Amino acid sequence: MASQPASEKHQSVIEVSHVSTRFGQAVVHADVSLSVRQGEVFAIAGGNGCGKSTLLREIVGLLTPSSGTIRLFGQDSRSLEEYDGRPLHRRFGVMFQHGALFSSLTLVDNVAVPLREYTGMSPALIREIVAVKIAMVGLPPESGVKYPSELSGGMRRRAALARAIVMDPELLFLDEPTAGLDPMIAAGFDKLVLSLKGLLGLTVVMVTHDLDSLWRIADRVAVLGNGKVLGVGTMSELSQSNDPVVREYFHGPRGRAASEQAAWNGRDRNV
Amino acid sequence: MVERAASVEISGKVMYCRGRWTLTHLADLERQVAAIRWPEGQGVICDASGLTALDTGGAVLFQQSLHAAHRQGPKPTVQGLRPDFEALVQLVGAQQGDRGGKGPRRHTRIERLGEAAWHQWECGLRGLAFLGETTVALVRVLSRPRSLRWRSLLRMLHIDGVNALPITGLLTFLVGVVIAYQGAEQLRKFGTNIFIVDLVGISLLREIAPLIVAILIAGRSGSAYAAEIGTMKVTEELDAVRTLGISPMDLLVIPRTLALVIAVPLLTVYADVLGVFGGMLIASGQLNVSFTEFVGRFEEAVAVRHFLIGIGKAPVFAIIIALVGCYQGFQIRGGVGDVGRHTTISVVQGIFLVIVFDAICSILLNWWDL
Repeated sequence: MASQPASEKHQSVIEVSHVSTRFGQAVVHADVSLSVRQGEVFAIAGGNGCGKSTLLREIVGLLTPSSGTIRLFGQDSRSLEEYDGRPLHRRFGVMFQHGALFSSLTLVDNVAVPLREYTGMSPALIREIVAVKIAMVGLPPESGVKYPSELSGGMRRRAALARAIVMDPELLFLDEPTAGLDPMIAAGFDKLVLSLKGLLGLTVVMVTHDLDSLWRIADRVAVLGNGKVLGVGTMSELSQSNDPVVREYFHGPRGRAASEQAAWNGRDRNV
Repeated sequence: MVERAASVEISGKVMYCRGRWTLTHLADLERQVAAIRWPEGQGVICDASGLTALDTGGAVLFQQSLHAAHRQGPKPTVQGLRPDFEALVQLVGAQQGDRGGKGPRRHTRIERLGEAAWHQWECGLRGLAFLGETTVALVRVLSRPRSLRWRSLLRMLHIDGVNALPITGLLTFLVGVVIAYQGAEQLRKFGTNIFIVDLVGISLLREIAPLIVAILIAGRSGSAYAAEIGTMKVTEELDAVRTLGISPMDLLVIPRTLALVIAVPLLTVYADVLGVFGGMLIASGQLNVSFTEFVGRFEEAVAVRHFLIGIGKAPVFAIIIALVGCYQGFQIRGGVGDVGRHTTISVVQGIFLVIVFDAICSILLNWWDL
C-alpha cells in the first residue's frame, strides 16, 4: 500500500482507473475511472444495462475487466482470484441483490460461515457474535433457525446484510439493496445501512436504481451511461448537471418526486 | 515474553485489557479469558485504557468477560474505555439483552417418530392424489386427441427415446455377452452347448432387457423430469403457466408420460435384438454354435409369450418412471437444494417401484404357469 500517500486528505479505498469491459462485440465500459473515499457512502447509478453491476462484480474480483486496473486498499483486485487474496477478502463484505444465502443452511449458519472459515473461535462465541449481528440488522432472534426459503424477501435481504457485516469489514458492497422492497422497508433499510456505517465505520459502495435511496443516504453518486462515467458528485450537484442523460435520469417524473421528497424531509441525515 | 497483539490479564482485582480486540485476535483472546481465575467476592475493576481497537466481535467477548467476572462477585466497574468503544459495547449489550427466546423447543424422539410417520402418510396420499389427477388428465386428453400437445410429445420422444438408443443398445449388448459367457462355462461341462439359446433368449427377452431399459430410463429421464419441473417450480414458471390458464398436467406430465409409454417398449425391442446378438457372438466364439444353428434353435425354444411378457411390462415401467419423476418435481418446495434431493429420490423410487412391480409380475405369472 506504498502507492497510497498517507498524507492524502481523503484516503481512497477503491481506485478504478481506465477500466473497459467488453463481452464479445458488446462494449460495457469504455473508459471508467472512479475513486471511493474512506468512510463515505458511494452510490453507482445509471439506467438498466449500463454496467453498474458489472462494475461492482469487477471491483470485488468476480470478473476481470478487459483492460484497466482496479485497486482495493491499494491492492490489485485481480489478486482476489488467487488464494493469496484471502486476507483482502476479509476486509470487505458483499450483499447480493437476491441475498445469495446458502439455501442448505439456516440463517444462523449462513451468517456464521465467514467466522467459521476465517477464525478459530469457539462455537459459543461464534453463536454470540452471530446473534448480535442478527439483532443489529433487526431480525428477530427466533428467525435464526429458519432456512432462507422460509424467510420473506425483506428478511432475506437483512440476513444477507448480517452475513456481509459479520466480519466487521471496512468496506461493504450492496447490490441493489432496496430493489423490490416496499417504500417503508426500503427506507428502514437505508436507515439501517447508515446506522451500521456510523457504528462500524464502514465505507459503503452501493449499486442502486432507487432515487429515494440515493437522496437519503448517498454522499456521492457516480452516474454511468454509454460505457462512461457521466458525472460524479453529491445528489444536489448532479441534479444541476448539464449532461442530457443525467438530467433525464434525475429530472424524469420519478426523479423529481424523489428530489421534492428529499427537500421536504430536509435531508434528515442524523440517524 | 512475546508481546501479544491483544491481551487480557488480571492482577489483584484489576483486569487489564490491552491491544487490538478484533476478530483476528479473538480466538487467542478467548483462550486467555477462559484461563482467568476471577477473584471471588470482590468487585473487579476493568481497566480498558490499553485497548487500541475494538470491533463487534471484540465487544461481545468484552461483555462476556465482564459477565464472567460478575458471576463470581459484584458487578465489575469499567475504567478508561474510549467513548466510541463504549458505544459499541453498549450497543452489543443491548442486542444481547433483546435475545430472550432460545428458538423453538427440540422435539422428543416420540414426537419425531410421529412426525415422520405422519409425513410418510401424507406423502402417500399426495402420491395417490397425483396418480388420480394424471389419470383424469390422461382420459381427458385422450378423448380429445387434438388437445394433446403433439410438439412437446415429439420433442420428448426424441430426447427420451431416440437419444437413448446408443446407450441402451450398448448396455444390453454387453449384458447379452456377459450372460452368454457365464452360461458357456456351465453348459460346456454337460455338453449341452445348444441350450445357450434358451438361456440368453428367455432371460433377456422376458426379464433383463426390459429391466435394463427401465433402469436406464429412470436414471436418464426420470431424474430429468424431476429436476426440470422442480426448477420450473422454484423459478415460478409453473405459476406463470397456471395463470395463463394452462394446466401443468397437460403441458408437462401427459406428454412426458405418453412419450415414455411409447419409447420404452420400442427401446425394449431394440434392446432385445442387440442383447441376443451379443449372446449369439459369444455362442459362436465359445461354444461353436453357429449363427444359423442359433437362430434355428431360437425359433423353437423361445416362445413368443416370453417376448410379449417382456414388452408388456415395458409400458408399466414407463408409467411408473414418468409419474415418479414428475411427482417428485412437483414436490419441490424450498430452494435449489431441494431440487437435487428430489431428483435423487425420483431415481431411487423409480427403480425401486419398477423392480417391485417386476417381482409381483414374476410371482403372478408363475401362478398362472406362463
